[in-house]
Amino acid sequence: MSDAIVVTNLRKTFGGRRNILGSASHSVHAVKGVSFALRQGETLAIVGESGSGKSTIARMLVGLETPSSGTMEIDGQDAATLRARGSKAFGRTIQYVFQDPVASLNPRKTIDKILDVPLRLLRNYDGSTRAARKRELLDAVKMPKDTLERYPHEFSGGQAQRIAIARALAAEAKIMVLDEPVSALDVSVQAQVLLLLDELKSRFGLSYLFISHDLAVVESVSDRVAVMYLGEMVELDTAANLFAAPRHDYTRELIASAPRLNAASLQDP
Amino acid sequence: MTQALATTPQTVSTARLSSWSLLLNNRLAAAGLLVLAVIGLIALLAPWLPIPNPNATLPANRLQPVLSEGHLLGTDHLGRDILARLIWGTRVSIAVGLSATAIAALIGSVIGLVSGYARGVTDNILMRGIDMLMAFPYILLALAIVAVLGPGLLNALYAIAIVNIPFFARNVRGVTVGLASREFVDAARLSGKSHAAILFTEVLPNVLPVIVITMSTTVGWMILETAGLSFLGLGAQPPQSDLGSMLGEGRRLLFNAPHVSIIPGLMIFALVMSINLLGDGVRDVLDPRLRAGDLTRPQAVTRFDRRTQPPQPSGARDILEVESLETSFQRGRATVPAVRNISFTLGKGECFGLIGESGSGKSVTALSLLGLVASPPGIITGGTVRIEGEDVFSRSETGIRALRGAKVAYVFQDPLTTLHPLYRVGEQIAEAILAHKRIGKTEARARAIALMEKVGIRDANERVDAFPHEMSGGQRQRIGIAMALANDPDIIIADEPTTALDVTVQAKILDLLQDLRRERGLALLLITHDFGVVAQMCDRVAVMKDGEIVECGRTADVLRAPRHEYTRKLIACVPELGQGKAFLESVRPLFAEVKP
Repeated sequence: MSDAIVVTNLRKTFGGRRNILGSASHSVHAVKGVSFALRQGETLAIVGESGSGKSTIARMLVGLETPSSGTMEIDGQDAATLRARGSKAFGRTIQYVFQDPVASLNPRKTIDKILDVPLRLLRNYDGSTRAARKRELLDAVKMPKDTLERYPHEFSGGQAQRIAIARALAAEAKIMVLDEPVSALDVSVQAQVLLLLDELKSRFGLSYLFISHDLAVVESVSDRVAVMYLGEMVELDTAANLFAAPRHDYTRELIASAPRLNAASLQDP
Repeated sequence: MTQALATTPQTVSTARLSSWSLLLNNRLAAAGLLVLAVIGLIALLAPWLPIPNPNATLPANRLQPVLSEGHLLGTDHLGRDILARLIWGTRVSIAVGLSATAIAALIGSVIGLVSGYARGVTDNILMRGIDMLMAFPYILLALAIVAVLGPGLLNALYAIAIVNIPFFARNVRGVTVGLASREFVDAARLSGKSHAAILFTEVLPNVLPVIVITMSTTVGWMILETAGLSFLGLGAQPPQSDLGSMLGEGRRLLFNAPHVSIIPGLMIFALVMSINLLGDGVRDVLDPRLRAGDLTRPQAVTRFDRRTQPPQPSGARDILEVESLETSFQRGRATVPAVRNISFTLGKGECFGLIGESGSGKSVTALSLLGLVASPPGIITGGTVRIEGEDVFSRSETGIRALRGAKVAYVFQDPLTTLHPLYRVGEQIAEAILAHKRIGKTEARARAIALMEKVGIRDANERVDAFPHEMSGGQRQRIGIAMALANDPDIIIADEPTTALDVTVQAKILDLLQDLRRERGLALLLITHDFGVVAQMCDRVAVMKDGEIVECGRTADVLRAPRHEYTRKLIACVPELGQGKAFLESVRPLFAEVKP
């Protein structure tokens, strides 16, 4: 079986366009030649701080941004070909879960309408199939039945993220890009959503690209970890190796900076 | 914001005031509605009212005064009944005003939506077109349009609609630009929606309130413009009556028969005034900020309405003592406590942590200490806060203000929102110093530079003239801390000071706070949701849940052997580096019973 995602020498530069007078505007190199592969059924985490380019990679992979250069292969198909076939082809292959669950749900639509869209446009299901699928999806993310008639603001952050995950599942894509899916959530809710993601992964045979800045969260969910620093991927290794023996200086600094619970016992026993 | 509003118990009646009662609460809007309803009703019923034909001329009976036999409001220069013409004219004016608004709203909103969503070249072309439309004086443009199309009520309507398109286009574009970059729009794209579908089914519903508000505030203006064109003889053509043409015809008789022009003038006044008052009312009702509270502007000062007040103890030892503090929020007509029975003390040189999840009331507690909760909706309903043994809430507002910054200083979560974007950081630090000390500007600047060096900003001499946006998040937070230190406070209240920062920067900011505390003997109240930060910083910690402190003790004790069930669960949910995948297995039993 081929890899879920293969990214080769991916670059993204914002700005830098020439204006009428021929002078180039200020340009930002968000991603500078990144290559990696996400294997089938794997969770690959990308960690990095703000501005490291990790979200830009995610947005390019789901087709929200176009790479400046480099190739992306998603589920064995070239991303440029997918893009040429339209956003629907993209949506059926790869889905995205946003950081801020409440902002990713239209405040003026009921959950029923929000979940209806991918089922109708991406899967072309008829009315009764859609209704049945919506119930299954809510069941999968452990939300009650009456969720459908309600509006996004009636839900807490954790519940909204479950709904957003259900929407991503609705497309029946096997690859999911999770962009900081738990960083806007409280710790207890965060643990529940992580458990849910873990369960869904084995149940539906998904592959996750998990983007986060929280090393402890990353360590608990991922098989392999990639570290991004200023648009470059400085280290990529299995989670066990990377946390036990970080090779790059920046990775070491990241690990050392993470606040720990046992600091208190070290401070005053 | 981590306001505690979300956690208030559902049992208390917290029904929001309905839109209607909000509108009727506004007396001017209610009066406008009443006047408009009466005028509208009469205009609607015109065909069935016992009034003479408005166009029947009778020159023998010309220029009858007001209250004459058979003509309540007199007659005009052709002997036509003014009352009949007024009612029929109002009908025409309202109809033209409403249809012109509808046309302008439709075209303007589509232009605004498309250019705000598409951006780039499309946006540029459309908006420069709108700019050109706006650059002409409106009456000149309307005249030109009517000159091309020929005079007539319908053409006047088109002219006025076109003239008003920019209003809608610009308002709608502004809102659309903000919405188009929101995540739910991206999400809809990933769900397979086309751009047109996103624009009209995702963005439009969110823009609709803005369109309604703009419509309600422009109808009156459009009626006025219609009257203006008719007055110039370019709108309604004889014998059709409309308010503007009546005014125009009466103008020539202003001296011998003033009532012929004054009566339609008064009608225009009443109509436009009532529509504008109602429009303002509608705008206020649809404004979500005004909806949330009542129709008054929140003040920065908290209202005190203390039902309980603990007695002053003798021989206070700690620098900050909080005793059974209760802060409530007004919701609808009820008052719901957000935090209850908060008691803790903070000693000199100590770091006390207040930890809780969003909505637990930790930020409300922090703001309450110096009466910084906005009122309405916040009210401090009980308890005391003592600083060096003195009750803070018994002080006058000026007395409390003297404490802020000087004795107690705050450091907030996001320095980008607390620093003024248009002032240089040095000026902002100097301002904080000058608020409490009478020193010269140059001395204040020198102190600002010294403070910036103190908080670890390199090249403080040059950075003092930087604007907040020129600094990184970590540097901005350092400026925030420098401002807090400006007047040598004894207590610093830091509300999630590192939540918006990257971990490597967070570590440095926490080190800085720790150093300052040791060096100056500062008392630090640290509010956070992160157990790691608490473990690293705090001597003692209190855990908050639903507006109450559930557990309080030495940090090491609380973390190692939590007594309360909630604390135990929270700590278990924090993943630790080195735990790896074992973490998920360890929390799985905690949520096993949650399954439906």
